[in-house]
Amino acid sequence: MSLWRQLSRGLSTLLDRRAADRNHRDEAEHYLDAAAAEWMARGLSPDEARRRARLEIGTAVNLREDMRSYGWENAVAGILSDLRYAGRRLRAAPGFSAVALLTLALGIGATTAIFSVVEGILLKPLPYPRPEQLVALWHTAPGLHLKDLNLAASLYFTYKEESRAFQDVAMWQTGAWTITGTSQPEEVPGLQVTYRFLATLGVEPALGRGFGASDDDPHGEHTILISDGYWRSRFGGDPSALGRRLLVDGAAYTVIGVLPPSFQFMDRRISLLLPMQYDRANTRLISFCCQGVARLKEGMSLAQANADVARMILLAPRKFAINPGIAGDAFRSARIGPNVRLLKDVLVGDIGNTLWVLMVSVGILLLIACANVANLVLVRADGRRQELAVRAALGAGWERLVRELLVESLLLAAIGGAGGAALAYGSLRLLTASELPHLPRIHEISLDPAALMFTACISLAAGLLFGSLPAIRYARPQVADALRGGGRSLSSSKERQRARSILVVAQVALAMVLLVGSALMIRTFQALRHVDPGFSNASQLETMRIFIPGTQVKSPEAAVRMEEEIMRKVEAIAGVSAAAITNVVPLESNGSNNPVYAEDRAGQDGAVPTIRRFKFISPGYVSVMGARLVAGRDLTWTELYRQTPVALVSENMARELWGDPQRALGKRIRTALSDDWREVIGVISDLRDNGIDQKAPAIAYWPLLYRNLGNASGASGAVRSVRYVIRSRRAGTTAFREELRQAAATVNPNLAVADVQTLQSVYERSLARTSFTLALLATAGGMSLLLGLIGIYGVISYSVAQRTREIGIRIALGSPLRDVTKLFVRHGLAMSGVGTVLGLVGALALTRLMKSLLFEVSPADPVAFAGATAALIGAGLLASYLPARQAAGIDPAESLRGE
Amino acid sequence: MDGPNTDVIQGTLDMLILKTLSLEPMHGFGIGRRIEQITRGVFKVNPGSLLTALQRLERQGWLDAEWLRTENSRRAKVYRLTRAGRKQLEAETTDWTRRAQAIARLLKAEA
Repeated sequence: MSLWRQLSRGLSTLLDRRAADRNHRDEAEHYLDAAAAEWMARGLSPDEARRRARLEIGTAVNLREDMRSYGWENAVAGILSDLRYAGRRLRAAPGFSAVALLTLALGIGATTAIFSVVEGILLKPLPYPRPEQLVALWHTAPGLHLKDLNLAASLYFTYKEESRAFQDVAMWQTGAWTITGTSQPEEVPGLQVTYRFLATLGVEPALGRGFGASDDDPHGEHTILISDGYWRSRFGGDPSALGRRLLVDGAAYTVIGVLPPSFQFMDRRISLLLPMQYDRANTRLISFCCQGVARLKEGMSLAQANADVARMILLAPRKFAINPGIAGDAFRSARIGPNVRLLKDVLVGDIGNTLWVLMVSVGILLLIACANVANLVLVRADGRRQELAVRAALGAGWERLVRELLVESLLLAAIGGAGGAALAYGSLRLLTASELPHLPRIHEISLDPAALMFTACISLAAGLLFGSLPAIRYARPQVADALRGGGRSLSSSKERQRARSILVVAQVALAMVLLVGSALMIRTFQALRHVDPGFSNASQLETMRIFIPGTQVKSPEAAVRMEEEIMRKVEAIAGVSAAAITNVVPLESNGSNNPVYAEDRAGQDGAVPTIRRFKFISPGYVSVMGARLVAGRDLTWTELYRQTPVALVSENMARELWGDPQRALGKRIRTALSDDWREVIGVISDLRDNGIDQKAPAIAYWPLLYRNLGNASGASGAVRSVRYVIRSRRAGTTAFREELRQAAATVNPNLAVADVQTLQSVYERSLARTSFTLALLATAGGMSLLLGLIGIYGVISYSVAQRTREIGIRIALGSPLRDVTKLFVRHGLAMSGVGTVLGLVGALALTRLMKSLLFEVSPADPVAFAGATAALIGAGLLASYLPARQAAGIDPAESLRGE
Repeated sequence: MDGPNTDVIQGTLDMLILKTLSLEPMHGFGIGRRIEQITRGVFKVNPGSLLTALQRLERQGWLDAEWLRTENSRRAKVYRLTRAGRKQLEAETTDWTRRAQAIARLLKAEA
């Protein structure tokens, strides 16, 4: 109540000072009147009475002043008038203000933008209720040399039935389905999930219902949930979509619900949610297929969850039978262990390190910007030395002068901060609009209240940082000195120069750290570019995906024949030199991994052998990709259709198993004990399939069409979701892609062509994080170099201006011009030299943080350090030579007269 | 300078004002004069402090004020005690009495 009165009365005074003043005046006048009236009552004349009253009370003006001084609004009014004054002063020096504001806006903007990224990706909780309870169900399998093993259906059922730590467990898997029945078949991405998936996340459909246990029944009706976006594009947002049927891969699914617009999961593009309908009765022990998500019970820790999972893994073999054709103790010998992690950690992955490095970098950049502005502010305060001294001599309190100097700096910081926020907003819009950086949770990055709060805080801190320097230096009483010296006494000017030189040294040292960081990233990028990825000329390799569902083409052989037919049509397109078919594009990390037995290796039957990457290919794949056949020969179409048991292996796998690629030929391998042995007919050069910066995995290549592969009990199988790789100089053009679609449509109009992209774009994407880090670090490094240059230039040219008379005398006395130039260049070099050395030490300490971002480059890489040193010393030379030359051009007569 | 000290004891001005206004609503001069009369001239209130204190008490919600027209058509500000002000007066009175008694006891104490 009284606080409210305080606020409202104070505000009304502030807003209408005149009314408040009138009230004060009237009250004071009335006070005097009343006193005078008392005297008159005692018989004095009106004039005499007023005189006596005034004598007793003082003048009405004094009373009004007393009344005016009460209230918090006075402090505000004081600051407001300081602000107006500071604003006028900044407007009066547009050059200074523009440079200072631009520097600050860049520094604060960069820091704010990166903070928003850090916040959106690392700090913000996932958009579900109680997100800290959500975990991803990963495993380890040291027996198979696997650090990350996903979830098996057998384990899913076990966890669902036996868990003590989880409230809810769900299994999911990404997929894409062809929706037909509309004008053009389209491929739509989504998830296959078990029925408690949404409940685990705590998400309710916006319309209709979620899945129930009956929807997961493998013999039940086909039901489907659709996303808000798909609902709007396909059904125009019509609620009558509920109950409608969709033709999904040729089968009818009933729409039972619509997801809320805000729904998102693991950065996947999700238009459909299909029930997984896993048949528990037919589930075998080794059935790793999917990923798991679970919600911890209240108060359960990650450690408890892991312990619970470890207990349950041992229960699974009792509940589910081992797969036929696999050794009975295969599950045990894989030594599967728990690796339950927070869902958020799994989503965010290892980007944290990169982001923190960037955060530190922009923090350094901000410090450099602050040092630069501090330097400018110091020069300005220096120009006001006499004015400040006069005011101090006239009785202005030091706190009053400090306030004035600080308010000016804070105003600068506030405007710079607002500019920075605008810059950050713009750059975040650009960042989130571009697919390039490949960041997780990118759509959650925004300039939200937390980020703005952060901007306000760093702006305030920056203002205090660069504002306190002149305040400390110039507000303290030094009246006599300042007045006498008139700003020209040599000793004090040297002392002032020292403060600014120290700032420049600090700037150079910080810039050194950033430059070394960027140089290391450049070296990393170069190293990555030199790696042979296992394919060549990727910009001329177009890829596209086509899925042929069993509802369209029943037999595996017919499916592959259709795939080949499309390939032939594609090869007939003008400008296509060759085409081939595979199951996954390199670097897309969705390949399967399975054990490979080699016939001539001992101990086959008991233990499960090492897991290898599996790829399926058509003849011609090796040459289309621009890979090399290290030994042996390619697959033939005859072998493919005869389903001859043959295989190819990667060079590193051949070397690992048989020591030499040539010796691999004729050896036999298989993936399950019940499989036929397959003869190795060729060895393919290594492929960096896990990322350019990762070791090439050992790969087994199988034909697209096969018989009795992976416990198929003698049955034939075919890859139905295929990737075409097409070598053409027209790759990437819209017209070419349209012709590709038409080629597919002439073979079968019901097939959707999806994911058309060049291999080059896949390659670029795999380097995206490095390029992104490099771009940001290089920008920060370049800006720091520029600011350092400006800093040195500023100090030297100011020093030249201060010492004009001294230089004039030197020249008049016959000092060679070169000596004069050298005098100033030496000062500049000293500053950049000391700064560089200090920066070297700092960089050695800080670049270790970058270790995980570097590739084949040491954090102490001498080339990077030498490059950064050369850049800084060079910049220092340039920045001091320019003003030094001016010094040499001083006319002695002119300079002496001027003083 | 040599006359008896008529300063209001520090920290008691609010209480004196509240007490005075508890008798009847008054304007600023009246309050000052009334304090002087009742204390028989022991306390003389400084007009500046008085008017500032009135502003403060009003902001705190202990006083309400009202502008009236005087006979010579000037504006006069008349203060009245609010309910909160009355409570505050009681609290301050109790507190003051307790402290005054303590001081009196101390001064009366014999060696």
